[in-house]
Amino acid sequence: MSEESGLTYSVYDTDHMTPTEIYGHVLAKLGEERKEIVALTADLAKSTKIGKFGDKHPERFFNVGIAEQNLMGIASGLALAGFIPFVSTFAVFAALRAGEQVRTDICYQNLNCKIIATHSGLSFGTAGTTHHCTEDLAVMRSFANMTVIVPADGFETANAVRACVDHPGPVYMRIGRGFEQTVYENENYGFQIGKAVKMHEGSDITVIACGPCVLQAVEAARTIKESQGIEVRVINMHTIKPLDREAIIEAVNDTRKIITVENHSIIGGLGSAVAEVITEEGKSCRLKRLGIPDIFAIVGQTDDLYNLYKIDAEGIIEAIGEMLGKEVEEDDDWEDEV
Amino acid sequence: MVLTDKELKYLTETAWKIRRSIVQTTYWAGGGHIGGGLSQTDILVILYFHFMNIDPKNPGWEERDRLVLSKGHGGVGYAPVLAEKGYFSGELLKEFNHTGSPFGMHLDRLKVKGLDASTGSLGHGLPIAVGLAMGAKLQKRPWRTYCIMGDGELAEGSIWEGAMAASHFKLGNLIGFIDRNRHCIDGCTEEVMALEPISDKWASFGWTVLEVDGHDFLQLAEAIEKAHLSLDKPTVVICHTVKGKGVDYMEGKPEWHYGGLDTKMAEEALLSVDRLYGKA
Repeated sequence: MSEESGLTYSVYDTDHMTPTEIYGHVLAKLGEERKEIVALTADLAKSTKIGKFGDKHPERFFNVGIAEQNLMGIASGLALAGFIPFVSTFAVFAALRAGEQVRTDICYQNLNCKIIATHSGLSFGTAGTTHHCTEDLAVMRSFANMTVIVPADGFETANAVRACVDHPGPVYMRIGRGFEQTVYENENYGFQIGKAVKMHEGSDITVIACGPCVLQAVEAARTIKESQGIEVRVINMHTIKPLDREAIIEAVNDTRKIITVENHSIIGGLGSAVAEVITEEGKSCRLKRLGIPDIFAIVGQTDDLYNLYKIDAEGIIEAIGEMLGKEVEEDDDWEDEV
Repeated sequence: MVLTDKELKYLTETAWKIRRSIVQTTYWAGGGHIGGGLSQTDILVILYFHFMNIDPKNPGWEERDRLVLSKGHGGVGYAPVLAEKGYFSGELLKEFNHTGSPFGMHLDRLKVKGLDASTGSLGHGLPIAVGLAMGAKLQKRPWRTYCIMGDGELAEGSIWEGAMAASHFKLGNLIGFIDRNRHCIDGCTEEVMALEPISDKWASFGWTVLEVDGHDFLQLAEAIEKAHLSLDKPTVVICHTVKGKGVDYMEGKPEWHYGGLDTKMAEEALLSVDRLYGKA
C-alpha cells in the first residue's frame, strides 16, 4: 500500500493484504487523524494485526497480556476517560471469555468501545473448537446498545472500521483469520452501517449472506444463472444489528424463497435474525438457514469445512436447487402483498 | 497530624449522618447489603469529604478524581454518600429499590449523578479503574482513580489481572482499598476461600501495601497521603473493618451481609449508630 493512497484501497492492495492487515492499516491511519483512538489487545497484536496501530502510535497502544476480561475492563475505563478504544482478540475470547465484561462494563454503560474480533467462525479451522467461534453473533446481538457488523471482505472491513469510529456506542465487528478473498472491486459502493447491499440481482430466490459467505453466494448466483438461467438475488447483510428489515421484506415480497448463509451456528445468528423478521411480518415464505448445525465443528482446513457444512458456493447451489423445487403456500392476503 | 481537629470532627459528624442514612435507606428499600455498606463507610467518607477533587454541581467535570466501587453491592451504602455530598437530594433515597427508581442494589452510572462507573458484577471494578488511571496518564492529567474492593471479590481472577496490569503500566495515580470485613455471603472469607496472606499477594503483584484500621480517619488519611506521593507504583490500602459497623446487633455477623429492617429494628439500629457517635 502506498502512503499516498490514504484510506483508499486499490485492488492491488487487497491482492497483497488480507482483511486483517487492512484493518490494521486503516486503524493506524485513523490514529493519525483521531488522537482519541487507543488500541488494545491481549497478546494477539500480531495475529489480529492491531499491532500495526501500535507500530505507528506506541504511546496509545496497550498489550495487557493474556487476560481478556481485563482487556475489556480496561477498554471501558479508557472509554470513561474519553478515549475511543479499539479492542482486538480472537472472536471466541472477545465474545465468550470476556462476554460478561462486554455486556456489563461496555454495553450497559453504553461506552464507545469498538471490538474488532478476528479468527471468527471456522476461519481458524485447523485450531479446533477451542479457537472456532460459531456463537458470537448470537451472544453479541442479544446485548442491548450493541451494533454488530460482519464485513464481507477487506474493502468492507476498511469501510466498516472507518464508519464505526463515529458510530456512537459499542460496536462488535467480526472478521476472519485473514485469508478471505475479496468480493468487492473497490470500496466505493456506499457502505452504511445497517444498510444491506444488493450484490446480485434476481427475482427467483434470495440468498442473504454475511462475511466470507457473501463471495460464495455471489459465485453461486453467477454459476446458476449461467448454467440454468435462474435469477438469484444476493444480499450482503453486513450489519446483523440493527438489521435491514426493509431489504428482507422486499426480498420476501419479490422472491418468497430465502436462504441465509453464515459462518456461524444456525442458532442465533444471521439466519435467526432474518427468520424473526419474516415471522413477525407474517409473510408466507420458504426459509433455509445454512450455517454450522448444532454441533462443535470438526478440525480441518477452512475451505474444506465451508464445503462440509455447505456454506460455500457448492452448498448454496445445492440449497437453491432444493428450495426451487418446493411450493410456497399462498396466504390469505397474498394478492395484497404481491 | 494528618487531619486537624476540625477536619476530624467534620468527618466524624459526616460518617454519623451517613451511617444513619444507610440504615434509613435500607429500611426504605425493603432490604440491602447493609453489612458491607456500613463497613465501607469511613473509606468513602474520607475520600469524598476530604481528599477527592470533585464538583457535585458539575458531575461530568473532566478534571475530577474518579472512584470505582468495585464491590458494587455496596450501593446502599454509597448512594447516601453521594446524596450527602450534594449530587442529588437525600429525599430521593426514599425511592431506593422502587420500580422505576434510579437507585437499585447496584448503582447505574447513567442514572445516578456522581457515579463514575456502573458496577455490581464482582471483579470488574479494578480493571475499569486501571483503564481510567491509564487514561489520565495518557492525557498527562493529574486526576486520580480510587477503587474500593470487597475482600470476598479478591477470589475473582479478573482482580488479579487488573492488579498485574496496574503495576505493569506503572499506575501511581491508582489507589485501591480493600474493605477487609472478613465476610462474604456464605461465611468467613478464610473458610469459603482463604485470602491470606493478602498483603503478600498484593506486594508480589508490584503494589505498595498499607494496612490500616478502616474506621480510623487518622490512619486512613495518613495512608492516602502516602499513596498520593507515589509516582509510578499503585498503592493498595488494606482496611480492616467490621461488617455492620455502627449497628451493634449487626457487627461481625455474616447474616447481615444482606438484610431488611422493620420499623423497630431500624429504630434500634439508629439508636446504636447514635450511641457510637455519642449522640444518644
